[in-house]
Order: sequence, then C-alpha cells, then structure tokens
Amino acid sequence: MNLKLKIWRQKNSTAKGKIVDYYINEISSDMSFLEMLDVLNADLIKKGEEPVSFDHDCREGICGSCSLHINGRPHGPDGGITTCQLHMRKFKDGDSIVIEPFRSKAFPIVKDLIIDRSSFDRVQHAGAFVSVNTSGNTQDANATPINKVDADHAFDAAACIGCGACVAACKNASAMLFVSAKVSQYALLPQGQVERKKRVTDMVSQMDEEGFGACTNTGACEIECPKGISVTNIARMNREFIESNLK
Amino acid sequence: MTIGENFPAKTPEGPIEHKWTSYKNKIDLVNPANKRLIDIIVIGTGLAGASAAASLAELGYNIKAFCFQDSPRRAHSIAAQGGINASKNYMGDGDSDYRLFYDTVKGGDYRAREENVYRLAEVSGNIIDQCVAQGVPFARDYGGLLDNRSFGGVLVSRTFYAKGQTGQQLLLGAYSAMNRQIARGKIKMYNRHEMMDLVLIDGKARGIIAKNLITGELERHSAHAVVIASGGYGNVFYLSTNAMGSNVSAAWKIHKKGAWFANPCFTQIHPTCIPVSGDHQSKLTLMSESLRNDGRIWVPAKQEHVKDIRSGKLKPTEIIESDRDYFLERRYPAFGNLVPRDVASRAAKERCDAGFGVNATGEAVYLDFASAIIRYGKEKALVTHQDANNEALVLELGKEIISTKYGNLFQMYEKIVDQNPYETPMMIYPAVHYTMGGVWVDYDLMTTIPGCYAIGEANFSEHGANRLGASALMQGLADGYFVLPYTIGNYLAKDIRTGTISTDLPEFDAAEEGVQEQIESLINNKGSKPVDYFHKKLGKVMWDKVGMSRNGKDLKNAVEEIQAIRAEFYKEVKVPGDLHGFNEELAKAGRVADFLELGELFAKDALFREESCGGHFREEHQTPEGEAKRDKAFQYVAAWEHNGSPKDAKLHKEMLNYKYIEVKERSYK
Repeated sequence: MNLKLKIWRQKNSTAKGKIVDYYINEISSDMSFLEMLDVLNADLIKKGEEPVSFDHDCREGICGSCSLHINGRPHGPDGGITTCQLHMRKFKDGDSIVIEPFRSKAFPIVKDLIIDRSSFDRVQHAGAFVSVNTSGNTQDANATPINKVDADHAFDAAACIGCGACVAACKNASAMLFVSAKVSQYALLPQGQVERKKRVTDMVSQMDEEGFGACTNTGACEIECPKGISVTNIARMNREFIESNLK
Repeated sequence: MTIGENFPAKTPEGPIEHKWTSYKNKIDLVNPANKRLIDIIVIGTGLAGASAAASLAELGYNIKAFCFQDSPRRAHSIAAQGGINASKNYMGDGDSDYRLFYDTVKGGDYRAREENVYRLAEVSGNIIDQCVAQGVPFARDYGGLLDNRSFGGVLVSRTFYAKGQTGQQLLLGAYSAMNRQIARGKIKMYNRHEMMDLVLIDGKARGIIAKNLITGELERHSAHAVVIASGGYGNVFYLSTNAMGSNVSAAWKIHKKGAWFANPCFTQIHPTCIPVSGDHQSKLTLMSESLRNDGRIWVPAKQEHVKDIRSGKLKPTEIIESDRDYFLERRYPAFGNLVPRDVASRAAKERCDAGFGVNATGEAVYLDFASAIIRYGKEKALVTHQDANNEALVLELGKEIISTKYGNLFQMYEKIVDQNPYETPMMIYPAVHYTMGGVWVDYDLMTTIPGCYAIGEANFSEHGANRLGASALMQGLADGYFVLPYTIGNYLAKDIRTGTISTDLPEFDAAEEGVQEQIESLINNKGSKPVDYFHKKLGKVMWDKVGMSRNGKDLKNAVEEIQAIRAEFYKEVKVPGDLHGFNEELAKAGRVADFLELGELFAKDALFREESCGGHFREEHQTPEGEAKRDKAFQYVAAWEHNGSPKDAKLHKEMLNYKYIEVKERSYK
C-alpha cells in the first residue's frame, strides 16, 4: 500500500517543531507500524536526510518504550496493544497517517517523537516499593498465604508497562491510572500494608509536583491502556488517599 | 595481580554442598563505615544489574547505574515470559538443590562449572522468598499458596510464574528495590547512557567512558569496581528475540581491554517463536516455552498435505490424527514435547529441512492446543457438575482455562499473525534467544580484569552449552541479589584506603580520546549504506552458517565472510546526523562494529569445537540417529584472550571436572 505520513519533527527539546509530510510506497500489510517507520528511515538515510527518531526496544509490547500518538490515539487505531504491536493491516492504501509524540507537560519532547518520561520514575522513587532489604533473610515465600482473588487483582494492576498512554489519552494529562496501578498492587498485598498510608500520600504528592493534571473520570485512560489496567484502581487510590489522611 | 591470575576459577575447597558457606565464612569483609568510601559502577539494569545495584547500595556502597533505555525498568529482562526455577519442592515431587543442580548441569550438556551451578541451586529458593517479600505477584492456587509449573528438560514442577509476564514482574521488583535506593541517594541512576569503554588504572578496572545519548557528550565516571550486567549478544544474528537495543558492546569493550570471552558459540535457539513473515522483519517474537506444557508440536505426516496446506486448500484442523506427525512425542517418548530447547529446535529444523514445513517459507511447525482445550474443558465440566459430554460446553470451558493460563501470549500471537490460536494451531519456528557464552568469570564472578565483574547473561558460567527454561531469571537474580554482594566485598576490602579515583588521570584522557576518535570516524565516513545493511548481512551469515547446525567448511567460510563484511563496513557505512544530540544511527553503528568482531570470534570458536554439545551442533559429530555427539576431549571452557583481532585471539582452556555428577549420554528418549 502507498501512504502519506504527517510526522512531528523537532530537533531537540528547545527547538520549535512542526509537522512534515512524507510519502511512502509498497508497504506490506504484514509489517508492524514500527517496521514501516524503519523503511521510511532507510529511505531518508539514503536521501541524506535525518531519520525520524522514535523510542522502541523490545518490539513485543512489554518494555513500554514506544509511545506514538497515531491519528489522535496513543498507540494508534487498535485496542489493547502498544505501537510496536500495531500492524499495517489496520490501514488502507492511500491513507494519511498523523504521527505525533505523546503530549503532556510532564513528558517534555527530547527529539522528534521521543519524550522524556522520567517523571514516571520520580513518582516511583517516592514510594513504589516495599522497604525490605534484599539480603534474602526474609520469611519463607509460602509463610503468608494470599487470597487468590487479591493476588490476581494485584497482578492485574502490576501488569502496567509504564508507557504513558494513559497520560497521553487524558484531556487533563492526568497520571492517575499509572500511579493508582502501583498503589493498588501494594495495597492489595500483605507485604504492602506497613507503608500503605505513607506510600499513597507520597506518590500522589510527587505526581502533583511533576505537573500531571487532575482526574475527571472520563475513563479515556482505561480505553487506551495497552495492558487493560482498570479505572477501578483509580477509585481504590482515591479511597486509600482519603483514608490515609483521616487519622 | 596480573591479568589472568585468577584462571582457572579458584573455586573453594570442601564438599560441594558446603563450598559456598565456607567461602562466605572466610572472605574479607568491608565494615559499614568503609563501604561509604567505595564507589561501584553497574552497567545494565536488567535482572542482574538492577538486583546488584539495589543490593550493593543497601550494603552501603555508592552506586552509579547505567542503562541505555529511558528507564531502568525497560531492560530486556522485562520480556521474559515463562517463569523462574527454584528448588523449593513445594509440590513435593522430589525436588532438591541437588536435583536442580543435576538438571542444570545435564541440561547444559556437561559444559558448565559444577561449583557455580551448585551455588545457584542453593540460593534459588531464597530468590522466591525475596521476591514475594518485595510484593511480586506470583501465580497462586486457591489455598493462597504459590503455584508451580513444569518446564522443558526436567521431571519436576519447580517453575514459579506470573502469567506469561514473569520477567516483567521480577524486574519491576528489582526496579522497586532500586527506586528505594535512588530515593535514599545511594544509587545515582544514569538513564539513556551507554558505556563506551572501560578505564584501567594499574591493571585494575577503575572507571568507564560513557556517552549521554541525548546530548551526545562523553562523560568520565570513576569507581573502585565495575560490574558488567549488559546481557547477551543474540543480536549478532540481526533477527533474534532480543530487544532492538540489546548489544554486546560493554562486554566486548572489556574483552578488548583484557577480559577473556568464553564459549561464544554456545547460543540458544528457542523452539517456539513466531516465524519470519518477510524481508522487512526487524525482530522475532518468542512464545513462552510454558506453552509446550499444553501444546503439542506436529507437522503433517504426508507430503501432499503439506502442499495443500501451503496453497491454502487444506486447513490444519482438517488433517486427521493418523495423518499427523507429532515428531517430538515420536522421537522422545519420555519427555515428549518437553525436551530441552536445543533438542526441540533441531527436531523442528529436521522436519522442515525434510520438506514438511507448514507455511509459505517452509519454515514453520504447528503448536496445537486442541487436545488441551478438551482435556481442561472436561475437567472443569466435571468439577462444576456440568455435562462433560456436551462438546460445545467443553470447548468453551477449555478455552477459558487456556485463556487464564496463556491469555496474553495468545493475544500477542493473534496481533502479529492475524490468526486465532484458540481455533487453529499456532505456527512456530526456532529463533535465536539467549547466549550461554559470555565473559569468562571465576567463582567470584570476576573477569580476568581485576575489579571488573560480569553477571547475568553477560557472563558464561552456569548454563554450559544449553540453558534450561526458567533458569535465566534465576541466574540473573542469584548473581545480583545473593552472590556478587558477597564476592565483591572480598576484593573491595583491599580498597578501603584508596579514596576517590580521579577522572583527570591520563588513563581517562587516553580512553576518552579513543572513543572520540571512533565515533568521529564513523560519522565522518563517506559511505553509502546504512548500518542495518551490514547488520542484516552479518546476521544472514551467522544464521546460515553458524546457526542451528554447523560444519567445518561453512564455518571457515563464515570467518572469511565476516572479515569481508567488517572491511566493507568501515569503507561503506553511512551514519547520518552529527556528534551532538540524540543520534540513534550513530549508537547503532558502534554496536554493529562490535558485533562484526564478536561474530568472527563466535564462528572461530564454533570451528574450533570439534564436537556437538547442547546448542552447538556440528554435523560431523552426530550419532546415527542424528543426536549430538559429545567428545570428552572438549570437556572444557574455551576462554579467548583478545590479541589485536579476533583471528589472533588466544585460546585458554578451563578443564571441567565433574566430581558430583556422572557424565552421561544426555538422553531424553
């Protein structure tokens, strides 16, 4: 198929960016979206132009590196996937495709389609851990049975890959889904109880400091999350937050 | 100390089950106040690097951790699917430290160091305790206890898992431990930084030259020890299940500075990956080995059916049982579909080479869940008091069970191939997945460079010639959480009075100049071909001649061809952009330059090893049934010393003596 690509180009974090048009031909429908961009970049290099920079690594939907906003949707026009899992069979010959970086004040642009998501790391530094030393002198793993339903819910929350699609999808650029997934994982497990109150307070306060917006419960984050993280986690975090401030 | 003084491995005395304990009792310790005066650099933040960084920081050392990704959480350990082994014997099926040790040595075809493997088995149980304490959500049964499953090459269920995302959950656990230390200021994290070279002072590893991938600036970092946890080199094949950025460069740079490189030809070709779809392919996707617990592998028994399948006239589901060849069950009745990876991969290749491959390229076999769906469905119907003879109901219930076990894998397959694996068998083919070879290390995990350590997939030590499923995660975390924190202290105890290492020393100047020269020459090269052109060309030689089966003639050709590609690379490569700012092509060019050297040593090692063992299959050395034929004369680790260029690399042999295991024919029949 032949396609027109409208891609955000920006030299570095301080430069002014703009949309540039590219035409690309003979794209196979079995290609992944990122392989299509590889073809474009090979062309650009051949022509002596600078290739389009984009983040990618595992190309199997788990590392959370890829982060494109495609035709107005984080990770493009398919549900439950990351950009690297998007295939060209979702497009038609002659389509125009708009490719932008994820947009949020807390995710400044590094170059072209690459963004800086270190704000996510800093929110995790604030409390996304259990304060246990890695000395190995812990109790036996089976000493504390954990109800399977809670364990499964904790796993579902822990499946977050930290890609930032939730922030990109949100009209307020809120990070509530991301933060609440981590808060929920620990709140549901016995190991997370000791620091339960401090954790949610600290993480929420760091989240606010990073400039993420507030949550207005539109649920767009859940729709675009490649791992199907549920907004139930946001409700749980709100509850945790209120409870942590009651005493 | 001079380079190579710790060779061979300096393993402790005493009976094998006491070696690690007595070692720990005798080593030098660093007191807590002195640990604050010591800096350690850790390269890579996968399971090994992240667990090491967190543990060393907890002990009190000052850690500088580096990763090329935008966050330590994205290291490729994140993609490991199936699980992690531990000799907990929670299932009561006869498991023990000795059995895990035995299975690992046997699975590695008797090419691993006994003492290291026993230690690994010994600490394996502790890993699970540790991870649970960190809040890693492993799969549990309805009683609330941890669930286990079985993996290839063993007869017990010792694999702990978190759906098909075990690596992700373990890495996020290690990342959370790192986060705690980052918050305390004990780890300084350098994201989007690449190690460009190692700096040696008086023969000791004392720092690195790193490149900030965003600004393009070179940076100097000093330390009292440097830990390489940069993973494996599967991307030398271009197409592999590794992440796009996975590379050999950190390991290769230390090799060129004096660290010996061991068994480079020991590579794991994983049997269950999604087949190649076309020339545009940028990487391959693994389907977890856990699928072989329930999936049956087959090809049509009749050639005419193969033809009709390829032309689309016939569907796999229309082929009756008696016309199917379940070739693993046929050849290996005792282990069936759960034979080790090397055996399963070669068996699939044998069928495809014989013309029974089931996709357009002829390089695919089926992995079929139909009988598992029915088996689970019937069981569920009985347990829930429903009609077990109602076929539609049984199928529905069976698919539900399969979905809870492998849902994310099935979804991943469907997105890539556009076929529904609940309805039609998956198509799979072997792909490069893991490298058992790596930097040579002694019992302390120290390389032949004093103060330079290699852990996780980057080293060579535990898996011999073939790694068993779910053992990579175990080794990465064992090295980082429980082994290195002890052994590194034994070395650093001598460094308590050294003080901070200055980065103004002439050794740093020289190393930085060398790096600057290399990247300038790459960017100023007036070639016409992009980096990928050379990487693909190298990968094709590696796959065709140094892949699943190898022979002397092809290997000799491969060595020459790789030399030629390398020469062409330096003449013809074209790297766009400039030195400053983010330049992925420049980073790629540096990595491919290293692969072009490693590839040659890899082929040379395979040529030299005149036997078949584990993942290394020499066509000249096989039994009449086509099984690998080991040779006692090669019962050693081949450790290569750099000597100017791969062709002049010098071989050192670490002989392997098995005192606790009888070396036997490895049979899975």
